[in-house]
Amino acid sequence: MNCADRTLAPFGRRLCPVVAHARHGAYDVVSVLDAGPPPQPGQFYMLTAGERWGGGADERPFLPRAFSVLRRHEDGTLDFLFEDVGPGTRRLCELRAGDGLWLLGPLGVGFRRPEHGRRPLLVGGGVGIAPLAIWQDELGAPALLGFRDAVHAEGAALLRDARVATDDGSVGFHGLVTELLREEMDSGSVVYACGPPPMLEAVRALSSAEGVPAQLALESGMACGYGACFGCVVPTRSGYVRLCVDGPVLDAAELELVA
Amino acid sequence: MIDFCGIRLRHPVVNASGTFDAIAARRAFGDALLERFPFAAFVSKTVTLEPREGNPPPRLWELAGGMINSIGLPNKGLEGYLAHDLPQLAELPVPLIVNVMGFTREEVATLVDAFGERDEVAGLELNVSCPNVKTGMVMGADPGETAALLDAVRPLTAKPLIVKLTPNCTSPADVAAAAEAHGADAVSLINTLRGMAFHPRRPGEPWLGGETGGVSGPAVRAIALAQVAEVRARIALPIVGMGGIQSGRHAADMLAAGANLVAVGTESFRDPLAGARVTAELAETPANSGISAVSGPGGRVHIAHNA
Repeated sequence: MNCADRTLAPFGRRLCPVVAHARHGAYDVVSVLDAGPPPQPGQFYMLTAGERWGGGADERPFLPRAFSVLRRHEDGTLDFLFEDVGPGTRRLCELRAGDGLWLLGPLGVGFRRPEHGRRPLLVGGGVGIAPLAIWQDELGAPALLGFRDAVHAEGAALLRDARVATDDGSVGFHGLVTELLREEMDSGSVVYACGPPPMLEAVRALSSAEGVPAQLALESGMACGYGACFGCVVPTRSGYVRLCVDGPVLDAAELELVA
Repeated sequence: MIDFCGIRLRHPVVNASGTFDAIAARRAFGDALLERFPFAAFVSKTVTLEPREGNPPPRLWELAGGMINSIGLPNKGLEGYLAHDLPQLAELPVPLIVNVMGFTREEVATLVDAFGERDEVAGLELNVSCPNVKTGMVMGADPGETAALLDAVRPLTAKPLIVKLTPNCTSPADVAAAAEAHGADAVSLINTLRGMAFHPRRPGEPWLGGETGGVSGPAVRAIALAQVAEVRARIALPIVGMGGIQSGRHAADMLAAGANLVAVGTESFRDPLAGARVTAELAETPANSGISAVSGPGGRVHIAHNA
């Protein structure tokens, strides 16, 4: 019953050394050396800092955190993109070379290649640009990236040749990234998107209205990442599905609404 | 080997129902799951008579030392389980215990009857943390309800019946005593404790789609130990003890409190091999090195050398 639709994760988590940390505006990129199998773009890992996971002021974080991989290097180094928005991401942003990071993965199903002849377009928002970078490395597609402001927009340097939109107009186009998508998209496109739910919903609605296929990398709170907890479900046209085993990348056509 | 109600187990660590999905885990990890299966028996998620979608998300809330889940028992229903899940679970290298729940005694009876005749099933765990829609009473919160349920289902199968006690009642020990008197083969405890959380940015709005959920993880371990000890003082049946077990030391404590087996639950979310680690660490604890717990009628659990 081995599945060909994904790279299988080694059974059990593994402690990997952090080898680098870099700051990109509002984001932190943490690099770990991993001996596991190469992930498919869009697959994710469950991450737990080797030290001080729990034991903070309110004893959180307790559960591992799910992150798509940003980039994989030839030597097996995996880059992850973090933004400090809570106790888990704060701890992950603090990781420096010499620290340890527990990895479980690669997990889930990633992006599927474009059908013959379709022109791929990558659309990202905020920290959701992560899986688009590794996908761009493989696919070489143009990217449209939206950010809140100039500090966040420094993350655009993680992809090549990106057109940038910002909410405050401080960099690039003043407005929503989906407005750039409306300009760039045509009937021969296929859209790959990852970002906050309102952005993904706008991508879904636009691509649906234009009859263009789209694959959306979604996010949900997860306890386990491998189908055990049933906590990460999202509603689809065929009922609730677990993002961790049936996603995180879903065809937009499967969704009525991204909420 | 350990004899648990006639089921032969390689070691005393199993999974808590609903905290490990062996079918999904095989999709994620492949056949390595079978080669290194972390539990001595597999306890399935709850099966109900009819399919259930489960609760609307969000379904999880992280706590200091644990979590609240409001999953709502999604499952394919009896027919779907027999057709799709059971054949796959029969491939596991360990005995299968199926957890069932009904909204009436008749529904539970239908489930027990159906699984009772399946050779793939070694035993049944009764999830009684559910209201009887006919009486309005939670089946496992009242000794009379529990007794009446066992009177209804005990005659239907010779397979071991394990009653999963709820901590959300006045006296789990009274319920355990009723279960013993009416033919249960074992009890398991604790189920999750009812809990609630509010939306961090919308004051007054419950976070969980199901409004309330079940608290689990290390935060509940001390409560679990006390309840297991209390139940052990009242009954002679084997006990599956669970609640916040993260290490071999925790498992040893649970055995010392009176459990015969221990179940690992929430810790498997943090590490799918947690059960294997707990088993290995338990074997290294001074009181348990080279030995296994077996059922000890009355009083504290008896620790005996491996046969």
